[in-house]
This record gives sequence, structure tokens and C-alpha cells, in this order.
Amino acid sequence: MSFVLTLAVAHLKGPHIDWASFMPFVILGGGALIVLLVGLLGGSEHTATRGRVVPVLTIAVLAAFMVIGISRFHHPASIIAGALSVDDLALVLDMIFAVAAIACVLLSLRARAPETAGHGEYYALLLFSVLGMSVLVSAQDLVTLFVGFELLSIPLYVLCASEYRREGSLESGLKYLVIGSVGSATLVYGLALVYGATGATSFSAIANRISGGALATGVLGDPLLLTGLGLVLVGFAFKASVAPFHQWTPDVYEGAPTPITAFMATATKAAALGVLLRFFDVAAIDLQNIWAPAMATIAAITIIVGNVGALGQSSIKRMLGYSSVAQAGYMLTGVVVGTRLGVDATVLYLTVYLMMNLAAFAVIMGVQDERSDGDDISGIAGLGARSPWLAWPMTIAMLALAGIPGTVGFIGKFQLIHALVNGDYTWLAIVLVLGSMISLAYYLRVIAAIWMRSPTPSPGPGYTAESSRRILAPIAGGSPEADALGSDGAATAAVSSSFSTRFPEVTLVAVVFGAACVVFGIFPSPLFDLAAHAGQAIGGLF
Amino acid sequence: MTLTILIWLPLAIALVASQLPAQWAGRIAVLNSLITLGIAIDFLARFKLGHAGLQFVTDKVWISSLGIHYKLGLDGLNVALVVTTCIVFCAAMLWSAPRTWDRPRTFYFQFALAQSGVLGAFCAQDLALFVAFFDLMLIPFFFLSGIWGGEDRVRATTKLVIYTLVGSFFMLVGAIATGVLAASQHGTSLTFVLSSLQALPLSHSSQIWIFLCFAIAFLVKMPLVPFHGWLRDGYKAMPIPAVAVFSAILSKVAAYGFLRIVLPLFPYAAVHFQVVMLVIALVSILWGTVVAFTTPDARLVVAYSSVAQLGFITLGIFSLHPDGGQGALLQMVNHALVTAPLFFIVAALAERAGGSEKLADMGGIAFRAPILATLALIITLATLAIPGSSNFIGEFLILFGVFNAKLGISMIAALGVVGAAVYALRLYIRALHNRVGPRVTSFEITVREAVPVVGMVLVILVLAFYPQFGLKRSAPSLRSSIAAAQLQGAVGSRQVAQAP
Repeated sequence: MSFVLTLAVAHLKGPHIDWASFMPFVILGGGALIVLLVGLLGGSEHTATRGRVVPVLTIAVLAAFMVIGISRFHHPASIIAGALSVDDLALVLDMIFAVAAIACVLLSLRARAPETAGHGEYYALLLFSVLGMSVLVSAQDLVTLFVGFELLSIPLYVLCASEYRREGSLESGLKYLVIGSVGSATLVYGLALVYGATGATSFSAIANRISGGALATGVLGDPLLLTGLGLVLVGFAFKASVAPFHQWTPDVYEGAPTPITAFMATATKAAALGVLLRFFDVAAIDLQNIWAPAMATIAAITIIVGNVGALGQSSIKRMLGYSSVAQAGYMLTGVVVGTRLGVDATVLYLTVYLMMNLAAFAVIMGVQDERSDGDDISGIAGLGARSPWLAWPMTIAMLALAGIPGTVGFIGKFQLIHALVNGDYTWLAIVLVLGSMISLAYYLRVIAAIWMRSPTPSPGPGYTAESSRRILAPIAGGSPEADALGSDGAATAAVSSSFSTRFPEVTLVAVVFGAACVVFGIFPSPLFDLAAHAGQAIGGLF
Repeated sequence: MTLTILIWLPLAIALVASQLPAQWAGRIAVLNSLITLGIAIDFLARFKLGHAGLQFVTDKVWISSLGIHYKLGLDGLNVALVVTTCIVFCAAMLWSAPRTWDRPRTFYFQFALAQSGVLGAFCAQDLALFVAFFDLMLIPFFFLSGIWGGEDRVRATTKLVIYTLVGSFFMLVGAIATGVLAASQHGTSLTFVLSSLQALPLSHSSQIWIFLCFAIAFLVKMPLVPFHGWLRDGYKAMPIPAVAVFSAILSKVAAYGFLRIVLPLFPYAAVHFQVVMLVIALVSILWGTVVAFTTPDARLVVAYSSVAQLGFITLGIFSLHPDGGQGALLQMVNHALVTAPLFFIVAALAERAGGSEKLADMGGIAFRAPILATLALIITLATLAIPGSSNFIGEFLILFGVFNAKLGISMIAALGVVGAAVYALRLYIRALHNRVGPRVTSFEITVREAVPVVGMVLVILVLAFYPQFGLKRSAPSLRSSIAAAQLQGAVGSRQVAQAP
């Protein structure tokens, strides 16, 4: 057996790997394995210790990932025979993933999900998902693209269902799995057709074939290639929750554990849009006159559908789900124009979007821990009087999502509209603005609830997070520690009146990102610089 | 002393005050508004007459990649409005301070934020900066009317905010398009500085649609008919100091926007839409007058009278004539000085009529409150623009300007002057004279009511005796603001003359 292996290794000459540039991936992959193994150490009596060690370890891995990423800045490298490109665009997006993941870890510290699923598994899956995103946005080749896509998706299916004592979470995971698989299948089919039409898997080679005119030219160009491109677009549209492939979004966002929703809303969206930028603005840029009108239409539909859908929602998580659909539409417009400015605007909006949503989800997480109906809009009624440290970040996040000046949301929309007007897509800018107008109605409703309504009593005395944890019976089999927890109801947190002292890390996340929304809204130059560097990575645009 | 200090001082002091004990909040707010007023008067004193250009300019690059500058400056267009803003805020704070408010620190913080936003919008000399301040100043009013407002406040507030923010979004698109199209049509780098944009005129077709974007934003904010849907609920829901500031100042920012941005940057479109705008103004005058005359609610009389007054102001602006523009500017100051104390008077009347703002519940209040009645009479007479008041000069100049531009429109608009006398006197007579109302228990004006009203009345009297005060400062800047549009109008009429 080992002889065969040696023989195979001797004959297979792998491509050269520049390990220094490959380090970010190694750190994430290795770190995920270590986290998984540490999660297995000790018996069920060490649950509490594990609950502290594993998250710290996860944050350390993510911090190392960020440090390495920052040190690679301005040193673009193409590694593994051009399959991956660690350039500034990839690194900026990596920062977004890492920040989202760190926030997710912080929000998960006292959440039910990691306890139920097991700390090691939960955090390791999170790291694997980040690895998948990182591979996806670095991909320069159809094969690595798909590897990254699947590596990002599969851990997320599990994470959505990680709170398996709650029906909603299971439903969310299953729904995401089924629909995500359809998306993946569509994507891989599209990739195959693109390969079939061009005979190449690397993005630059595909771009060369297209611009070289080596393809059949009909009324609409090469039908095989166009079908492929269409299916690829649909595949990504599923992941980025672009209408009409967005139906899963509100259900999954509502059902998934809130930290995972926060992570999905920010990081997955950034990954999907990053790869859209890479694929359509690099590989297929010469066919822009064909795909851009279609994508512009989809973007317009997404903006309208997302914003109208959000109007009637009473669950804030569902509302943010629809809002994320609309925001995906906004960001897609930056891809449509196919200019440097468009790329800059999309990347800028992704960073902006990260701050706004993390602040909002952190507040939901905080309120949910305080009240069992925290996800409902009535749960945040009177939050302004109850806990201002959560009310202000939520207010700022909503104002930013609506695009009010003085917040990052304004800067993001400003740059998007700038790119659209500049790229002769003024009508799309108008749609974007119309969408923003509709969105005011539901964002302001949240602010009105926070400050202008008196709090409603929590449904039923005693039905708090602690007791509800005990009520829930296991639906599916879980880790031994979770069952132990489920039976004896251990690990009850000290209840005090002041919220910010009870959940300092949740408040911290909310306040940090809420403050970031304002600070970068007033001094946005660092964000512009970041986006401009990322945009430089996509050459060939003007 | 730069304009930056003037703009941000209210917010800075309020931020400090929000950490201090709540019982100090009212006094600090009064002090805050007095200090700001002092700074504004200092600027007014140092303002050099006879210059058309900007003074006290602060110009720093804000967002370099978008060519957005943090540029502030005063000229004849805004110097009087800045001082008026500080006066009205001061009066509103003096009115609020002796009263008790729920969560006082947040309440006064919102006012300080509003003052910073308004002063910023008046001083901004960069298009993007103006848009930012224009939206920013709305946010505190969302909270002010949503938290401290009257009945059905949440719905009214949401309506108000959605109306105005929808306008603002149109303006955002228009502003960005102005910068981007100016840069691309002239092959220069992107800039939003107003003086640079003025040197890069847009093509006629671009001007037309961008003009509409700005016009919607400004007309909603004023509001003029048919963009006034939020007015009734919004004005009823706001607490008195908020509605006084909103009606006196925020509507003027919109009118000022026409003079500062629309006329200089889109002169072709201004001429193109001149008649449309004049007709909108005219309809607003007549409609506002008629509703103010018929509404049974004292507060709404004042609210709809401001629709008519803003119609006059718009009429003056779009006469595209220097006299009309001068009249509009003067009238902006006059209306701000008159409408704010009118709301305070309405509040005082309501207090004597068992809390009701219905005219039917009032009446006979003057009998036991002669000083209050005198003050109310002075303000009423100023509102109806009695000869001798500054309002009279303002309306006269406006009509004079329109008379030169469109004779027919000015003749119909003159009806509005008559109508103003009718609704203003009706308010005065029904509330203060007539038979004593069923729930009225009248008493003389108290000190806490008198302080803000008397202060404002003194300013009105000073301006009545010395209207040149404002006109002298504004004339050169105003001429340069409407010069482009006037030129365009002259070119247009010459082309028409040559056409056959």
C-alpha cells in the first residue's frame, strides 16, 4: 500500500507552492483542526472550561489570519499554478470574513448553539467556512472556485441546524441545505458549460478565449457559453440571496441561531459578491454588453422585492433577511457597471454592510437573551429607556441601513450611485434610490419601536432564556455534553438587572460596530483607500 | 473664530450636558443657545458689506476620492438666516427650559443636534456637504415629534420623515449626478464644491432632470402644494418648541436651497420651469390662505399660513428678478421671526382654553390678559404684513419682482396679501376677543411665557424700523446668485424673438 503511494507521489509532480503566500489558508485550515481536537479533550465535566478555551482559541486563529493577511497587503501573489490569487481584493474580503467570524464567536459565547452542538465542532465549522470563503474569493480557476464554494456552504448548513433542540433551527438548516444544493448544482453545471465552451478553467484563459474571438458568434454570441454564464449567475444568486432566488433567505435567517445569521448575512454575502466581481468583471468582462443588462434587471428586481418583502415583517431577523436581499441588489449594481469605480463601490459597500449588520444582529442577540420574544419587533419596544447601550447601536444601524448622512450607509450609497451615474446606469441609480425610500418605512419602524413605544411585558412569567433552555427536549441526537446540559439544566448565568453587565461581549460588539458606523460615516477616507486598493487587484477595467 | 465652531458648538455642549445631571439640562440648553447666538452676532458684526463673495471661508478636503470638501462660508444669502436660526433656537430653548420634559437630556440633545444640522446646511458651500446636513437636521425632529409629540405621534412622525427623506433621496441622486456629469461633460476631476460647479455648467437636458430632483426635495420640505401631505399631521404631532423651529427654520433651508444651489447651478432649468414654479407658488398661496381661513384649529391656522408665506417666498425666488429675490430673502427672515412666537402664543392660548387648540374653545382671553393680547396683536399685524412692518416690505418687493416678470401671476398673488389679513385677524379675534369660550379660564401672561415672545417681538420691531439691515447685506450676493438665470432668461427671450 505504502509502496503504491510512494510511487504515485514520485510520478505526480504537483505545482510549486509558495508557502509564504499560502499561509492564510494554512492557518485557517490548521487552526480549524486544532479547535476541533481541543473541543474533544476532557470529559463532560470540563464543559465549562471548554466553553471558554475553544472560543479564545478560535479568535486567536482568526487574529493570526488577519495579521498574516495585513502583512501580505500590497504583495499580490498568484499561487499553486495560478489557481489562487492572494491579492488586495482577496485580502480585503478576508478581513471582512475574519471580522464577521470574530463577531460571531463573541456573540456565540453565551448562546445556546455551541453548547448544544459541542464547542469544538461549532467553532471548527465556523473556521472551515471562513476558509471556504477565503478560497472562493481568491479563486482564479473554475475548479478552485467550486471547491471554495462548497467548503463555504457545507459547514454553514450544519451551523444553521446547530441548535437542534429547536425546531426552527433544524428547519432552517434543512431548508438551506436543500436550496443551497440546488444552487451548487446549478453553479457546477454552469461552470462545466463555460469550460465546454472555452476549453479553459482559469479565469484569465477564459477571458482570452472570449476576447480572442475564438468562439462562435451568433446573434447573442456563443449559446453554450451564454447558458453557462447564466447558470453561474444563478448559482451565485442563490448564495448572495438575489431575487428571484432569495426565497430561502428570510426563513433561514429567522431560524438559524442569531450569531450564525449575523455571520451568514455579512460574510457569505461578501464572499458571493466578491466572486461575482472576480468572475464577471474579469473572466467574462468582454461579454459585458450581453450579461450586464440581464444582471441589471435582476439587481433592480432584487432591490424592489427585498424592500417590499421587508415591509410587513414583524420578526426583526426576517426583516433583516429581506433587507439583506435588497442590499445584495444594491451591491450587485456595482458589479453590473463593470468599471473600476463599480468594483470600488461594491467592495466599499461590503465593508459598510458588515458594520451595519453586525451592530444590528448583536443587538438582536442581546435582546433575545433578555427576552424570549426578542426577535419580534415588540421585544425591542421601549429599549431606549431599558438599555440605551443596545438602543443606540440599533438606532445607528437602522439609520445607516437606510442611508442617512453621518453614517457609513450614506457613504456606501453615495459611492454606488456615483459609480452608476458614471457608468451610464442612471436608471439603476434611480431604482436604488426608490428602494431606499421604501426601506425607510421598515427601518424607521424599528427606531420608532425602540424609542417611542412603551415596553410590552414578556410573554408569561418565568419564560426566560434559562428556563426555555430546560423546557426544550432533544429533537435530534447531540453531543453528550449537550444532553447532560439538557437534563440537569446546568450553567445558569447570573441574572442581574443591568443588561450591559450581564452580556458585556454582546454589548461590546454592538457598541463597537455602531460607533464604527458613525466614525467611518464622518471620516470615510480609510474605507475609500481600502476599496481602491481592492479595486486595483482587478486589472483591465477603466 | 471659524464657522466650524459656530456649527458644532451646540452639539459639543449638548454632548457634555448629556453626561451631567438631568435637572441642569434645561439651563445648559438655554446657555448653549445664547452662546451660539452670541457667536452668530459676532459673525454678523464682522461681516463686510458690499462683497458678493464668501467670507469666513473654511475649506478642507473631506473625502478626497470623491472631491468632497468641508467648505463653509457666509455671504449675503445666508448671514441673516444664520442669525435668525440662532434667535429662533434661543427662543425655543427659553420656552422649553421652565417646563418639565420626559428624559430632558435627550430632549435638549435633539435640539442641539438640530441646530448644528441647520447651521451646517446654511453654511455649507459644498453640494455633498449640504445634502448631508439637510438630511441630518431632519433626524432630531423624528425623535422630537415621535417621543415628545401629541396623540397619534408615531404615525404622523413616520409620515413626515418618509415624505422628507424621499425628497432627500431624490436630491442625493441629483447632487451626485451634478458632480459626476459636470466632471464628465467638461473632462475635469470630480468636485462637489459649489463655486467650482458653477464654473462647469451642465448640458440643458441634464439640468432639467436634476432640477426636478432638487425641486422635489425642497418643495416637500417647505412644504408647498401638492407636496404638503405630511403637514397637517406633522405639525399637530410635534411639541410646541419643535414645531416652532421646524416651521420657522427648516422650511427656510429649503427656500434657501433654491437660491444657493438651484438658481446658480441650473439656470437654464430655472428659466425653463419658471412658470411651473410660479404656478405652484401661487396655488400654495391661495390654497394655504383658504385653508388657514377655514380650519378650526389655531395651530393649523399658523401651519397653513406658513404654506401661503412660503408660496410668497418661492414666488419671489422664481421671479428671477433681483427685487423679488431680495423680497424672498427678507421674507424668509420675517416669517421665521413671526411664526415661531405665533406658535408660542397658540400654546399660551391653549393653556387658557383647557388645553384645547380648537378656536371654538377659545375666545375672550384678552379680557383678563391684556399684555398677552398686545403681544399677540403685534405678531398678528406683522403676519398680515401691515404697512410699516418688515413683512410688508418683503411682500412688496416680492410682488414687485413678479410684476416685472409675470404680470398676471403677480395680480393673483396680491389676493394672498388680502387673504393673510383675513386669516390672521380671524385667529386673533376668535381666540382673544369674542364671547368667552366655554372652557376658558384666562390669566395674564406669565414670565416663562413672556420671555421668548417678548424677545422675538423686540426683534420684529427692530426689523420693522430698520429693514435695510438685512437688505443691505444680501444685495450683492443675491444678484450674483440669480445672475446666471437672468442671463439665461434674456438669451431665451431673444431666441424666441428671433425664431419667427
